[in-house]
Amino acid sequence: MADVADTPLATLPLDTWHRARGARMVPFAGYLMPVQYEGIMAEHLWTRQSAGLFDVSHMGQLVVSGPDADAALETLLPGDLKGLKDGRLRYSLLLNEAGGIVDDLMATRQGETFYVVVNGATKHGDIEQLRSRLPQGTVVDYLESQALLALQGPRAAEVLEPLAPGVSELTFMQGGRFTIAGVDAWISRSGYTGEDGFEISVPASVVEQVADALLASEFVKPIGLGARDSLRLEAGLPLYGHDLDEQTTPVMADLGFAISKRRRAEGGFAGAERIMSELENGPVQKRVGFVVEGRQPVREGARIFDGEGNEVGRVTSGGFSPSLQKPIGMGYVAAALAQPGGALTLEQRGKLFTATVTPTSFVPHRYHRKGA
Amino acid sequence: MSLYFTKEHEWIRVEGDTATVGISQHAQGALGDIVFAEAPEPGKTLNKGQEAAVVESVKAASDVYAPVSGEVVEANPAIADDPSIINSDPEGEGWFFKLRLADQGELEGLMDEPAYRAWCETL
Repeated sequence: MADVADTPLATLPLDTWHRARGARMVPFAGYLMPVQYEGIMAEHLWTRQSAGLFDVSHMGQLVVSGPDADAALETLLPGDLKGLKDGRLRYSLLLNEAGGIVDDLMATRQGETFYVVVNGATKHGDIEQLRSRLPQGTVVDYLESQALLALQGPRAAEVLEPLAPGVSELTFMQGGRFTIAGVDAWISRSGYTGEDGFEISVPASVVEQVADALLASEFVKPIGLGARDSLRLEAGLPLYGHDLDEQTTPVMADLGFAISKRRRAEGGFAGAERIMSELENGPVQKRVGFVVEGRQPVREGARIFDGEGNEVGRVTSGGFSPSLQKPIGMGYVAAALAQPGGALTLEQRGKLFTATVTPTSFVPHRYHRKGA
Repeated sequence: MSLYFTKEHEWIRVEGDTATVGISQHAQGALGDIVFAEAPEPGKTLNKGQEAAVVESVKAASDVYAPVSGEVVEANPAIADDPSIINSDPEGEGWFFKLRLADQGELEGLMDEPAYRAWCETL
């Protein structure tokens, strides 16, 4: 991973703000980050029923520009970027030459350039790779002085609209320039919780006034990394470095939707040969969701066995679902065992658990889609 | 009746030769929302320092160690049914198990309540 244990930890622009609101700070992705305020369970449920404010300023915000930036990015990403309309976002993957996932990301078209948000723990490596592997003439800028907030939950739009008039017109995976609390911002309707919500990019120097304006609503509470993790797990969204890595392909990870139709027909992206073959013949292993019998969480690293006792994979994320009040997780199993309803045996610290394969989204997504 | 604590944040309430064991207020605060707890079966013999019970929060799993040696005489069924009582009343209703003490002498290296609370302040 990008982080080295002895690298000094960076502080977020809102470090003092978090501490003043009772945050417990922990090292994550090279930063000291708020893991919780009042408690993971309460924060998780608050986000599902109202609106949660997340500081995700550790994430890497990049701008990719140059002649034919779309075609350039398509050499490394399997998404259709040429066909992406202005102000639209696409979930995509930075691939290595073997089709493995270097990172997952969001790419937004802003005219002829692309605004790309990558994971915090991998951002420096991503920037290096993009600069060395993209065609000559493509420029990658790191927006180091931008902060990033996320407002997520069913009340997010009604909270944000009065502060940034017009945002409620955005549909899921669309963004635009707005003024929020007197600050110029790029706001998109997107997130990592499965809920409706927004991601708000503002200069770090003024992020505090934006955070204060959002938190002034009685419907908003600050939410830490702990609940961010349980929310994304319930929504079935993979976490890079856990559910995705360089040995995992998009097809194995059940992210086939990120390989756009035109790209499937044309190829021409890193690792295309292997990925096209997996699309046609099926992958050896596949990411699945599972629900565990009983109450005890089964966590990352637990081994997965089939009915005959053969080891068929590993758990990559696992925990207790606050919404469902039962243990859930995701992991990789032999493709033949990936059918929902199938039984798995999990082993953690010498103890065996029975689990049932389920679709990865444990709670329904509530995105604000066009026409909805 | 005497109350003792360990540096692993277990408490031990001793009445005669019976010791009730649980985790401290400090421990539950550090763990956060507890979603699972498993106490040892009655009849099991535990040695001092041995893994005795499991407690899991939303974030992490952790072990509860036997602070003293003895035979488990009772497990608290309430913590299995509603683990959140360990958060709400860790040093009362949220007890884990009771032991028949094997060696009263083992109580000697443990902290008393004022010493433990003072030590927690330094963490």
